[in-house]
Amino acid sequence: MIPAVRFQQVSRHFGPVRAVDSVDLEIAPGEFFAMLGPSGSGKTTCLRLIAGFEQPTGGHIEIFGETAEGIPPYRRNVNTVFQDYALFPHLNILDNVAYGLMVKGVGRPERTKAAEQALELVKLPGYGARKPGQLSGGQRQRVALARALVNKPKVLLLDEPLGALDLKLREQMQEELKSLQRALGITFIFVTHDQGEALSMADRVAVFNNGGIVQEGTPHDIYRRPKTRFVADFVGSSNVIAPDMMTALGGEKRWASLRPEAIHVAGEGVEARVEHASFLGAATRLSVDIRGTRLHVMLPAGANVPDVGTSVRLVWQPVDVHYMDDAA
Amino acid sequence: MTALALTKPAELSETSILPGRGGFFGQLSDAFWRHPRLLLFLMLTPPLLWLGIIYIGSLIALLLQSFFSIDDFSGLVNYEFTLATYAQLLSPTNFDIIIRTIIMAALVTLASAVVAFPIAYYAARYAQGKWKALFYLGVMLPLWSSYLVKIYAWKLILAKEGILTWIFEKLHLSWLLDGILNLPVVGGNSLSVSYLGTFVVFVYVWLPYMILPTQAALERVPGNLIEASSDLGATPSQTFRTVLFPLALPGIVAGSIFTFSLTLGDYIIPQIIGSSRLFIGQAVYAQQGTAGNVPLAAAFSVVPIVIMAVYLWLAKKQGAFDAL
Repeated sequence: MIPAVRFQQVSRHFGPVRAVDSVDLEIAPGEFFAMLGPSGSGKTTCLRLIAGFEQPTGGHIEIFGETAEGIPPYRRNVNTVFQDYALFPHLNILDNVAYGLMVKGVGRPERTKAAEQALELVKLPGYGARKPGQLSGGQRQRVALARALVNKPKVLLLDEPLGALDLKLREQMQEELKSLQRALGITFIFVTHDQGEALSMADRVAVFNNGGIVQEGTPHDIYRRPKTRFVADFVGSSNVIAPDMMTALGGEKRWASLRPEAIHVAGEGVEARVEHASFLGAATRLSVDIRGTRLHVMLPAGANVPDVGTSVRLVWQPVDVHYMDDAA
Repeated sequence: MTALALTKPAELSETSILPGRGGFFGQLSDAFWRHPRLLLFLMLTPPLLWLGIIYIGSLIALLLQSFFSIDDFSGLVNYEFTLATYAQLLSPTNFDIIIRTIIMAALVTLASAVVAFPIAYYAARYAQGKWKALFYLGVMLPLWSSYLVKIYAWKLILAKEGILTWIFEKLHLSWLLDGILNLPVVGGNSLSVSYLGTFVVFVYVWLPYMILPTQAALERVPGNLIEASSDLGATPSQTFRTVLFPLALPGIVAGSIFTFSLTLGDYIIPQIIGSSRLFIGQAVYAQQGTAGNVPLAAAFSVVPIVIMAVYLWLAKKQGAFDAL
């Protein structure tokens, strides 16, 4: 099968800065793919390379088997939902959505119909006559989505599209995006620095750092088996334990990760001091101190919460300890 | 837990409400804080008086003058309402002056916009740091030197024995210059006595007034709108027509108000560089000075005001200010 997007040793250097450095990547058609990483890790540059806003300084990019480098953005059947939406302020919502069809020479009745359908798809029917300035952030986000989807792109790029929304709206949009992607079958490539968003929405995740991909896999893989210390640190809530501490705890002298929910309070085991307890609703998260190392322990709802300052004993299964590389 | 402590300078008060600063200015600060409109009123009154009485007032006085007439025999102003002066304004000779000025102003505005746009675009989109400073310096520097000096400098450049003729000669392009000068209407004996020369100098002198507002408007266009347009399939020329130009239009219109109205009112440039045919500004100058016909001078001055009002009304109707 021809991949929707293929990077072969792609680099984008800005002078001495290696924004993207020798990245290999294959994204399958119809996949919901997330590029996850801290700011400056190269994920957005990768997206811009696919959109055509940047040209690679090295390597080869293919979109559905066709060479993409040297092709301007307006000749790529790829559309972008911009981080701050980039709606045209002088056009009303309908003209914004119909813009892509207008510049491609689609007649007015036809493009109006398509734009109205797209607005319906994103649950904003009847908003066509308004101006972008009259819409809320969430609504603008939907318009940006409709404006991209109306062109029926082969690949849809989303650059931190939910970043500016409040939590509740963000969770709602996550679900909607996911079901939209399933219904339309378009390849979605999604850039985010929010690990929760990446893990909950994507079929596959690539974790970026320093211009390269550190680990690629399903959200489950990334969460359960982080390849390096960086991934464990960045992706999440997992406890990262230094090699010296691991030997002290009776394990191998390597970096390891241990998920908070795998640690249990018991009558025996390693002694730890409770430093802090946060009530999270469905669970309580303890911060404990074991000889200078801070660990998080997730207590299920209903469990006894020890007082702050007291000592507890902790146990975990050796299989839950996941060893990883020290590399970034 | 470590104990947090902030050391506190001795001057700070222990009470929760701080004592008033006292004195006249302390009282004044409190009064202004309680009545914010008072401050606004005090700040706006002097400029509004200036604008209202001296500026608008004199415009109205001017308008009134144009409804009087002049007694042809005594040369004295006859203070009775009449439209005779306006009838005089529309006589063929005077009407020619108006049409000539409007055409010149329109062409100067158009040329300024065309020349200014790329410069403004570069400055707004690409120039950074010292290049931006250089841009501002380059645009503003001509405004620092005297207007008259610049115009006389241009006269030397454009004159028959001037630099331009010399350059054309050295490039063996004299035939081209002669061809241009032989053009009907715009040509003449030399560039310095032709409409073309007047036009070139007008464009040169007013160009900064077009570049700066255009640059300010372009600066406010977010770069990602250009990217979004391209992403949606628009070629660069489509992006220019459908995104960049409409969003820059308020700036271009603001600039055109300057170039258009300054050209309409100027009487020095056409006097020094150009054919001897009059422009509105020269007509006003001649009527109120040597001819002593103040009503006709006033009527001539009303023309640019009316034209600008119509122009702004049309621009607004065309949606030039929608993107503001």
